[in-house]
Amino acid sequence: MKTFLVRRLGFALVTMFAVLTIIFMIVRVLPGDPAMVILGDQADAAAIAALRARLGLDQPLLVQYLGFLGGALRGDWGVSLVTGRPVVQDVLDVLPWTIELTVSALLIGSVIGIPLGVWAAINRNSMIDYMIRMVSLLGLSLPAFVSGIMLLIGLAIQLRWFPVISGNRSNLSSWALSLALPAINLGLIMAAYITRVTRSAMLEVLSEDYVRTARAKGAPWRVVVWRHALRNALIPIITIVGLYLGVLIGNSVLTEIVFNRPGLGKLIVGALNQRDYTMLQGMMVIYTMLVVGINLATDLVYGAADPRVKMS
Amino acid sequence: MTAVPTTRTPGARVLSATIRAFNTNKTSWIGLGVFLLVVVLAVLAPWISPHDPLEQDIFNKLASPSSKYWLGTDYLGRDILSRLLHGARYSLVIGIVATFMAMIIGSIIGILAGYYGGRFDLFTMQVMDILLAFPSLILGLIIVAMLGPSLTNIIIAIALTSIPSFARIARAPTIAVKEREFIEAGRSLGYSDARLMSVHILPNITAEILVMFSLWTASSIRTEASLAFIGLGLKPPIPTWGGMIRDGFENILDSYWLALTPGVAILIIVFALNLLGDGLRDAIDPKLKGEQ
Repeated sequence: MKTFLVRRLGFALVTMFAVLTIIFMIVRVLPGDPAMVILGDQADAAAIAALRARLGLDQPLLVQYLGFLGGALRGDWGVSLVTGRPVVQDVLDVLPWTIELTVSALLIGSVIGIPLGVWAAINRNSMIDYMIRMVSLLGLSLPAFVSGIMLLIGLAIQLRWFPVISGNRSNLSSWALSLALPAINLGLIMAAYITRVTRSAMLEVLSEDYVRTARAKGAPWRVVVWRHALRNALIPIITIVGLYLGVLIGNSVLTEIVFNRPGLGKLIVGALNQRDYTMLQGMMVIYTMLVVGINLATDLVYGAADPRVKMS
Repeated sequence: MTAVPTTRTPGARVLSATIRAFNTNKTSWIGLGVFLLVVVLAVLAPWISPHDPLEQDIFNKLASPSSKYWLGTDYLGRDILSRLLHGARYSLVIGIVATFMAMIIGSIIGILAGYYGGRFDLFTMQVMDILLAFPSLILGLIIVAMLGPSLTNIIIAIALTSIPSFARIARAPTIAVKEREFIEAGRSLGYSDARLMSVHILPNITAEILVMFSLWTASSIRTEASLAFIGLGLKPPIPTWGGMIRDGFENILDSYWLALTPGVAILIIVFALNLLGDGLRDAIDPKLKGEQ
């Protein structure tokens, strides 16, 4: 277990280091001087030089690189060129919005996806299975902004059940109402993924010998499915859902734009549109940390749950 | 088995295997049919479009669907149906070319890594894992924003995000196939590594790669539309589905069909490609369907 832990941690650190280096290179090596891009073609040389100095671009590349690495590790990602506030501060301001959205989407996805996946698996190749597979495939095919717009048109504009613009969090009910549509949107897409993963994991487990043994011993089918089989199927489900968190993060960007919700996604798109280089660089560092962190956590959960993983 | 299969050409064998795969899961036929229909409509767009996709009818802005404009007009009075048909061309070209590029590069990387193994394999796959771990939309977003939203750059960005998946898919069967006797035999006959990989290993892993091609084309079309929706698509007035949704979204309160129709179009093509790929995957890997 110790070797496994050390190896995974080492790999996470190497990954982090590699991605930070790539981010540094992307921002500096790509054509175009960031200072010139920010100020435009018409800017005079003095202004460009001043901005270059402010961004630290006039220093030797190695100094810039070490400064960037050191800053990234200390949590100092510079100051936004647009708001003038530390990047960390801007990120921390919107982080709760993104977290509440993704966590509720994961919850909705699991509550819908796991029972549907189990139901499809125990009715393998029946009409129910077929329908569930088609619906989940349809869910996978929907880009998050298309489903978001459909929900907006149907539930907010036509039926007026939800506010068109979310963001009012003055009291509990308006908070829940403003979170509901974005969370349902992201949750339904997540449900489609979780349904499919659960179904195939359950099919695998249901064919195992211990399931047959449990049945032979007279355990009720329901107990066998929900207690014996699902418990074992949960391990691969958690792992694969961990891998899909990248999809979830990508879809949250689109959801935040459609529902005009603050969050990391809106922050990164704003930074792109306004050419806020330091913000962009900081956001890339955060996404990298998120992704590497989630992967590490998934690996560790898997390693803790399945002793065979540690052997490999 | 009779001697019939041995007298067939390899091409005929591949064809019959493909038809068998399609017949295993009939929904693949539906997926293929819908996809081909969209391709035909896109190819014929200049001839079958009722209007010029850029022509503005200033007296008919934001018109509801009518006999003149079947799907209505946008905020500049342009025919939605014609823009939809022309937009399909961009979606398909970007989706197919980007995925094709990713398939070629990713498969080469995967086969090389699987065939040579060792440190080379470890290093390449770690790089691929890092790329794979990154949300593809965010990666695409950053690349397009840095390079600029031209047709080539969008294709490059989407291709880059899908290369790691193809590398993974190509690597696993390569490792299994390279241990088989016929590869050993080829090696003892003095065949070069390049020959073994291209002539003997590649045909054995083509099925998996082609299934991925269909699924990833769906994903690429979705990513392109998402980029366009965010504002990093082809520049106006080029009609792209994601761009049309972006325009329509501005008028969602009174003319919601402007955003809805291109949305449904994206859903249809992506769903068709997913049906196709999913059905074929079941056919080549029955375990995934749960037949075993």
